[in-house]
Amino acid sequence: MLRYALSRLVSLALSLLAASVVIFAVIEVIPGDPAAYMLGLNAAPETVAALREELGLTGSLWARYLDWVSGMLTGDFGLSYTYRVPVADLVVQRLGVSLPLAGYALALSTAIALPVGLWAAARRGGPVDLAVMGATQLGIAVPNFWFAMLLVLVFAVKLGWFSAGGFPGWEGGFLAGIKALTLPAVALALPQAAILARVMRSALIETLGQDYIRSARAKGLTQGQAIRRHALRNALIPVLTILGLQFSFLLAGAIIIENVFFLPGLGRLIFQAITQRDLIVVESVVMLLVFAVIVVTFVVDLAYAAVDPRLRRR
Amino acid sequence: MIAVEGLSVAIGAAPVLRGVSFGVERGQIVGLVGESGSGKSMTALAVMGLLPPGAKASGRVALDGTDLLALPEAALCDVRGRQIGMIFQEPMTALNPVQNIGDQVAETLVIHRAASRSEALREARRRLDRVGLPEGRFPLTRYPHELSGGQRQRVCIAMAIALRPQLLIADEPTTALDVTTQARILDLLKGLVEEERMGLLLITHDLAVVAGMADRLAVMRAGEIVEQGPVADVLRERRHPYTRALFEASAHHPGAEARPGDTPLLQVQGAVRDYPLPRTRLFSRPLPFRAVDGVSFEVRRGESVGLVGESGCGKSTLTRAILGLEPLQAGEIRLDGQAVQAGQRMPEGLRRKMNVVFQDPYGSFNPRHRVGRLIAEPFHLTGRPADADARVAEALDSVGLSPEDRHKFIHEFSGGQRQRIAIARALIIRPELIVLDEAVSALDVRVRAQILDLLADLRARLGLSYLFISHDLHVVRAITDRVLVMQAGRIVEHGPTEKVLRAPEHPYTKDLLAAAPELEVPT
Repeated sequence: MLRYALSRLVSLALSLLAASVVIFAVIEVIPGDPAAYMLGLNAAPETVAALREELGLTGSLWARYLDWVSGMLTGDFGLSYTYRVPVADLVVQRLGVSLPLAGYALALSTAIALPVGLWAAARRGGPVDLAVMGATQLGIAVPNFWFAMLLVLVFAVKLGWFSAGGFPGWEGGFLAGIKALTLPAVALALPQAAILARVMRSALIETLGQDYIRSARAKGLTQGQAIRRHALRNALIPVLTILGLQFSFLLAGAIIIENVFFLPGLGRLIFQAITQRDLIVVESVVMLLVFAVIVVTFVVDLAYAAVDPRLRRR
Repeated sequence: MIAVEGLSVAIGAAPVLRGVSFGVERGQIVGLVGESGSGKSMTALAVMGLLPPGAKASGRVALDGTDLLALPEAALCDVRGRQIGMIFQEPMTALNPVQNIGDQVAETLVIHRAASRSEALREARRRLDRVGLPEGRFPLTRYPHELSGGQRQRVCIAMAIALRPQLLIADEPTTALDVTTQARILDLLKGLVEEERMGLLLITHDLAVVAGMADRLAVMRAGEIVEQGPVADVLRERRHPYTRALFEASAHHPGAEARPGDTPLLQVQGAVRDYPLPRTRLFSRPLPFRAVDGVSFEVRRGESVGLVGESGCGKSTLTRAILGLEPLQAGEIRLDGQAVQAGQRMPEGLRRKMNVVFQDPYGSFNPRHRVGRLIAEPFHLTGRPADADARVAEALDSVGLSPEDRHKFIHEFSGGQRQRIAIARALIIRPELIVLDEAVSALDVRVRAQILDLLADLRARLGLSYLFISHDLHVVRAITDRVLVMQAGRIVEHGPTEKVLRAPEHPYTKDLLAAAPELEVPT
């Protein structure tokens, strides 16, 4: 198990290294000089050159790459071109919104999807199963921003239970923060839950057809006991895969939802940074997201091994 | 103890079992034989109350006077595992892969509230010891993937007998196992019946297995028991024509004789195949595992050569190398005089001189292609000839199917017909050598006899050579001139089939022969 974890860790470090090279290269080849963009069309070439110097855009590619990587390792992500504040501060601030939002949405979608998938699988072909399959189909088909607007219309405008957008900050108290994140989390969670419920259902149905379920029934287990004691854990493996993918998506993919609800999250930060050619912010946030995705993959790999003894020896 | 009376099962409107009646007493072994689809397994599932959804059972299944068919599900759960245990055909998949064997055996006791968890684990230990899995090598914390097929079947048996049930139902318990493993598992079951005074309902397609073991025998066909009685009487008298047909097919010897020539067709010289083992350390080279270790033999034109050995002995690896699917690490393969050295890819011109028929007539066809296209597949080695359609029709005809069958899909055929199609596919490029990799192992005895006849006939007519790979010595005896016995990657004995099987010299060959169940007529 330890060896398995170590080998996963090594591959994690290598992936990060590869990702940093790719991100740096892509940002370098994107046309558009941030200094020229910041100073406007009529700037004198000397001024632009001076700003380039100040922003650290001169020097060889190799030196700048090393600079960037070593800076990140020590927690120095550089200075935002537009805001003129350390990128690290910006990111930490935004993470304070995006991370809880992603976690909240993930918790919601898991809490909904697993029982629903289980319920549908146990009553395969029955009315419950058909209803669940219909509802999840709809959940996948409906775009989440449209669903978000619907939520705002009903729960904020009509009923007035939640505010329509914005985030008061965690200084305003935990409950106020959670309340502000509830509608966006629901909007993010439901389509994810629909996918997850379907995966859970089909994984369980497949597991229920396995020979060892028949063996379990022959030992005297009821159908319910066979599901709880044998099928569930075996069905978890595909579910874990999807969960890992979904967390990464929720962290990085909340751009539209954050815009609908005016949330100061990572998604909005990266969106604004791209439009303003604030490439150092783009670079850092993308790298951070890659880091998050790789860490989540690592955790999922460990979870596989915890669930499935066949993986532990590798 | 258990009396099945007039048991009928229907799925929808289709009857699956019709008026099945038999009984099993304590300490008695009752064999239930029949071909696939005859309703043997359905009978067992009906007794267990585990029929598939949609199946309706009528009649009576009385366990010590209680009619199981009338019991509600909750009461049935109490009977299963406690009074009736069951083991199944596929030990590889019959155990939960993510739970250790101790927990799985103990679960039988825990579920029936017969013991606390720690006590159940102690009992599981004793049961595993009893089925031949001693603590030293098989601690309770072992997982199924760490065990072989035979060992897993032992775990399944331990699970089924944990609560000392009165009746054990064994549904083809040894069909997926090697002959030597089969013999040991059958011995174990026999010992348990005597020791525990259990009844054993032994379901199998193999008459030879029950003949050496059962007290009573029931022969099933198309959902009915056509004949039953004490095993010696049934085997001696064979009153029902179906019993006679089964009996004859089991010992079938194809009539058509072919004379092998003297020129060598396939020559294998010092063949070595290595596989890399899983890495033990991240940056060191993985160690090789030698699956085929310096094997040499030849197949002459028109000759049929058998290759026997247990699973894992390297038969299939050797076959893949001969077919040119994987290169050798050392040695050479010479086909029709043309040599392929170690490390070389086999040229296509050589590959088209041979073809292969695999074991599984279900898995070896693409289900979405029509038969005509499936049979024409090997033309990718030769280029599609102008008369391709005529050749497909000819191939179908030569395996006893109608040329019109080429428009059908593979699911429209039975297992035996599918194997005929596989042979037609092998014949289409007019090869000189056909490799038959367990080609009749998955077939029922009567179908197997027909396919063996077909193979013998094709060989006589077309002058084909066969390399016949099998674990079944009876089949090898029926169809080969010479036999090679393989153990752990080496050929340990070879010679004319009759001589090797009658007077084996190597101890491994002797073991194999001793383990193979013989179908003898009691006098």
